[in-house]
Amino acid sequence: MPLAHSILKSPAILALVLGLALAGCAKQTLPDNAGGLGLTATPGSQQDFTVNVGDRIFFETDSSALTATARNTLDKQAQWLSRYAKYPITIEGHADERGTREYNLALGARRAAATRDYLVSRGVQSNRIHTISYGKERPVAVCNDISCWSQNRRAVTVLTAPTG
Amino acid sequence: MLIASIPSLRLSGLVSLRGFAAALLVACFFAGPARALVEIDITKGNVEPLPIAIAEFDGEDVARDIASVVEDDLRNSGLFRPIEKTAFIDKNASIDGIPRFEDWRLINAQALVSGRVTQAPDGRLKAEFRLWDVFAGEQMIGQQFFTNPQNWRRVAHIIADAIYKRLTGESGYFDTRIVFVDETGPKTQRVKRLAIMDQDGANVRILTSGKELVLTPRFSPSRQEITYMSFAGGNPRVYLLQIETGQRELVTNFPNMTFSPRFSPDGQKIIMSLQQGGNSNIYTMDLRSRTMTRLTNTAAIDTAPSYSPDGSKIVFESDRGGRQQLYVMNADGSDQKRISFGNGSYATPVWSPRGDVIAFTKRSGGKFAIGVIKPDGSGERILTEGYHNEGPTWSPNGRVLMFFRDTPGENGGPSLYSIDLTGYNERRIPTPSFASDPAWSPLLD
Repeated sequence: MPLAHSILKSPAILALVLGLALAGCAKQTLPDNAGGLGLTATPGSQQDFTVNVGDRIFFETDSSALTATARNTLDKQAQWLSRYAKYPITIEGHADERGTREYNLALGARRAAATRDYLVSRGVQSNRIHTISYGKERPVAVCNDISCWSQNRRAVTVLTAPTG
Repeated sequence: MLIASIPSLRLSGLVSLRGFAAALLVACFFAGPARALVEIDITKGNVEPLPIAIAEFDGEDVARDIASVVEDDLRNSGLFRPIEKTAFIDKNASIDGIPRFEDWRLINAQALVSGRVTQAPDGRLKAEFRLWDVFAGEQMIGQQFFTNPQNWRRVAHIIADAIYKRLTGESGYFDTRIVFVDETGPKTQRVKRLAIMDQDGANVRILTSGKELVLTPRFSPSRQEITYMSFAGGNPRVYLLQIETGQRELVTNFPNMTFSPRFSPDGQKIIMSLQQGGNSNIYTMDLRSRTMTRLTNTAAIDTAPSYSPDGSKIVFESDRGGRQQLYVMNADGSDQKRISFGNGSYATPVWSPRGDVIAFTKRSGGKFAIGVIKPDGSGERILTEGYHNEGPTWSPNGRVLMFFRDTPGENGGPSLYSIDLTGYNERRIPTPSFASDPAWSPLLD
């Protein structure tokens, strides 16, 4: 199965790809050809967060160190979250399939904790943040090579239903 | 000549079948000392399988089924080579007479099993068998069993265990079960359910609904109970499950994740990892007092703890030194020592029930291997290696390892395999769907 095909089957990855494609666009509008997918990003919406900020960061193998790209994404997340303070968030830590089950659960927790700590250092209140590790149990990309594994080594910031 | 010992039938004991409706009665009708000429030395590296003849069992239809399961068990162990029935000269070997040993010697059968299965007046099955040393011309075992007809496979496994034990000198492992994780659905949204089956893959029973993600089930050494990890309610925690009643109980109620549970050898404690921030450390929970005791305290990932069979030591994995490696400590957490120093990462250590080696998963050079190492870190040996092998579990006699092997790609998934401690006789265990995280039960009783 071609890599692009398997990636594009994942809505979250699709959103990410579109988000990257939009980087640098001044206006928060989608290209015409995306209109059919119903992707319009209302400011402050889940979609706005996913598409225009980026809901996930990626890690090196066995590592929970935040790369420059990851810190940049988290800076934008922190800004967005302080602007739209109504959302509690859950940070999901994930690992790729090239590790053992127990270690990957712990590694996912370590990635979620690193992400959480960084967001807190950028002003997001810690009591808004819940973390969970899924280890290697919930991959988003299922091909058998490095390009997929690297997408699975991730921490995803998930907005939960606004309180009050 | 008839077998003289039959009148002196004596009961050797009642065996209760936990989880089964009927009791199984074991009677020995020959227990005399036998000077066996035939035996297998299984301490050697690669054993030449022992040629054994399983004669057609007399009696009900189920007799043939029982004989066939006995034959499969012995063959699958890799230590026996059941002889094709078409080669038999004596086609009508009966349990009631002395076999024509010369006919069995001619086809080079070292041992002979004869048997009969009949229906007792009360509806129970009566199963009898004898094991003969063909070259000595002597009976080695004679036993009979009464049981509920539904338990016919267990009778077969018990017979195979008796033969295995008599000929190898070690306990068998056929009358055992495997708890594992049944996996269905796409890789991105796998549905995982706890399941239990006989060690040969028969009698699969699903234990959980699949609504929540479940991982790493482990058998209690003393009760019909499993400890495992579940994501129920979005909180990954360690649980206990009663196999027969389905009753579930949360073991730890902390805000943080608990995972990688395993029982202590006396069944009174669960040892597991507790995650705090980015670190995971090892704790025990005493099931009677419900007290948690911390055993490790590192800014690292300490997980996959497993007790030595005497309960005095614990092996676990830690990345405190960089990559995952194996460490051994005393049961109170003192004297933590690294034992693995090879090239790669070492994980999921499991202490052998015999105590002499520790099985592990090793990741190196992009491959995942199953291996064993001595508790002092010497004698590392790889048993099987490939794209992804993980999570070994020991047969109760410490002779066989079961593990899961995953295959790559969107349509890939894990299956269960067993392998002899020597690295020979690798076999796939049939399961209804993808299967992972096997854990072997103790011998049933």
